[in-house]
Amino acid sequence: MARLNAENLATANEILSRYPVKKSAMIPLLHLAQEQDGYVADDAMAHIAELCDVTPAEVVGTCSFYEMFKRHEVGTYLVNVCTNISCMLLGGEELLHRLEDKLGIKHGGTTEDKMFTLEDYECLAACTEAPCMQVNYRYFHRIELDEAEKVIDDLRSGARTDIPPHGTLGKVRQHIPTGRSAGIVPPEQANEAPVWLPAPTPEGEGS
Amino acid sequence: MSNGYVAHAAGYVDNEGPKIVSSRFVHEDGHTLARYLETGGYVGLRAALAKTPSQVHDEVRDAILLGRGGAGFPAGIKWGFCPPGVWPRYLVVNGDESEPGTYKDRLLMECDPHQLIEGCLIACYALGLSQCFLYVRGEMALAQERIAEALNEAYAAGYVGKNILDTDFSVDIVLHWGAGAYIVGEETALIESLEGSRGMPRLKPPFFPAAIGLYGKPTIVNNVETLSNLPWILENGADAYKRYGSEASPGTRLFAVSGHVKRPGVYEVEQGVTTFRDLIYGDNFCQGMREGHDLKMFIPGGGSAPWFFEDHLDLPLEAKPVGAAGSMLGSGAIVIMDDSTDAVQACLRVVRFFARESCGKCTPCREGTTWEEQILRRIYDGHGRPSDIDMLLDVADNISPGPYPAAADPSQGLEAVPFPPKQTTICPLGPSSVAPIVSALRRFRPEFEAKITARASIPVSAG
Ligand SMILES: Cc1cc2nc3c(=O)[nH]c(=O)nc-3n(C[C@H](O)[C@H](O)[C@H](O)COP(=O)(O)O)c2cc1C
Ligand code: SF4
Ligand code: FES
Repeated sequence: MARLNAENLATANEILSRYPVKKSAMIPLLHLAQEQDGYVADDAMAHIAELCDVTPAEVVGTCSFYEMFKRHEVGTYLVNVCTNISCMLLGGEELLHRLEDKLGIKHGGTTEDKMFTLEDYECLAACTEAPCMQVNYRYFHRIELDEAEKVIDDLRSGARTDIPPHGTLGKVRQHIPTGRSAGIVPPEQANEAPVWLPAPTPEGEGS
Repeated sequence: MSNGYVAHAAGYVDNEGPKIVSSRFVHEDGHTLARYLETGGYVGLRAALAKTPSQVHDEVRDAILLGRGGAGFPAGIKWGFCPPGVWPRYLVVNGDESEPGTYKDRLLMECDPHQLIEGCLIACYALGLSQCFLYVRGEMALAQERIAEALNEAYAAGYVGKNILDTDFSVDIVLHWGAGAYIVGEETALIESLEGSRGMPRLKPPFFPAAIGLYGKPTIVNNVETLSNLPWILENGADAYKRYGSEASPGTRLFAVSGHVKRPGVYEVEQGVTTFRDLIYGDNFCQGMREGHDLKMFIPGGGSAPWFFEDHLDLPLEAKPVGAAGSMLGSGAIVIMDDSTDAVQACLRVVRFFARESCGKCTPCREGTTWEEQILRRIYDGHGRPSDIDMLLDVADNISPGPYPAAADPSQGLEAVPFPPKQTTICPLGPSSVAPIVSALRRFRPEFEAKITARASIPVSAG
């Protein structure tokens, strides 16, 4: 699929403006590409390379390191079931197996209708709320087996629409209002002590 | 919700006791600027701005604010490691929370993002940090959203950005988010990731972030909870802070207690003066083991920590005694396992995590964790060989030359080996994989042996 479209390019440029070094924007831009297409397309990576002033190989290098970036199509809904220690103790593996049966796939797989991808996931930072799962990174805490099946049914039938398609993370983005930024400059241009620090004493900085 | 739980802050228990960082979790709108200002928000920042930067640093040093990310290093002392006269300096906030069993930074980011932002501002003011990057774990969509909203509000109201509260203090705070890799929680890997690279740790020395960090510049990396303590400390002073907790570990700390207890949850606890027994069995805390079961073992500080047992229940929640007894408090993650737990299965699951998350930069960790997982897998599946236990310990010894930290086992006449471990690797992830293995084998070797001998009775067919 595609390079970033005009709207996303504007967002990309806004993201880039917040970093003193362009390459730092790489992960947020890869997320943006994934939000646009549901996965990270090769053309999008080439586009990001241009924007970050690096080679396409560097973008692939970074992209392939991180579990959340999918370089091929996945389901509209990515279901991550935690089976790490706290969840394992309270039924995480049973939950995973129930959903495997329900969806007719093994974890790692995608349903034929491309609606669901199921993953056997690591700790989701909800350990006291075991067992837990996420759908497109939205949490379901202390979830019962039947409830989990109902989530799948409701998403499939369209009864549940509160979860955006795979790729969308937080629905609100940061915006620094014009004129409010402290000034983001490359590190080599910011080589003076900040103005609010008192002039150094002869012994150093007093700290 | 009943039983002390707070519906919109899943797992948080609003119990009795001092609240330093979790005071706003009870408010459903605790994440908004309006509620924040109503409940004492940005008062700590004003107090800080009324002092000189080095006075603010002194206050934090006096408070003995211990890092909450894992290593427990005092923030005030770490802050002093920036080489004088080298600019710019950066702040990187570690919100990558992914250590198995750990759940508290996500609550702090979702329920009280302004408190964290205020903490960042105080640190930047004290040290002359010119930009702050708030690195939130990729999987935490709501935390990212809440922080973005809070930053947008704070910029508009003049708390962040240029000329904060009409002073000459100016700093930008930028929300950054990850993409799924536990190792990125390690501070040098966090910096690599923030530079847009694969998140692989750097060798220390020379790459101590305070000296050579982001873009090669001095960089302070602090955990979300560590920074969330700063507004309270600046508002109330180091002396008030030290009235809570013990002398060596003042203040409170969030502990996530998960597993087989009656009331699992996230509790704000006075450090040093509370014991594991209080936390697990106390009415004010987890209210004991689930009905009909006894404690078998517990992990005191996240998946990387060696296991503790019944005999360690009376240790206080304090770094030194826990370290001397062979483990660590780590990231405030306590996982309780009762007598229904299969020690081999628990060990395998934690080791599998490290094998999956090894970044692959050093051979002992990349190869070793994979071997460990495979050997444990076949023991668990009933295909173990009599030589497997020795092989497991041999692989572990290549990653972390023994004796590996472990709790005492009086039944075997074994003394405790104090924390931390030795390592042949760049970062502590590899050695962490040894923790569950040594712990489980020291106490529950017969369980491993039983699974291995059971195999001998399975008839072997040709081919
Ligand atoms: C493998 C590994 C994973 C880590 N993960 C985290 C993490 O998720 N969050 C965190 O705050 N610290 C984590 N740490 C600790 C950080 O390297 C660093 O010590 C910490 O963020 C410093 O903050 P503090 O001094 O405020 O605790 C990890 C360390 C290692 C070795
Ligand atoms: S110990 Fe493991 S995770 Fe750490 S740097 Fe080496 S290979 Fe990577
Ligand atoms: S172990 Fe499942 S969320 Fe932490």
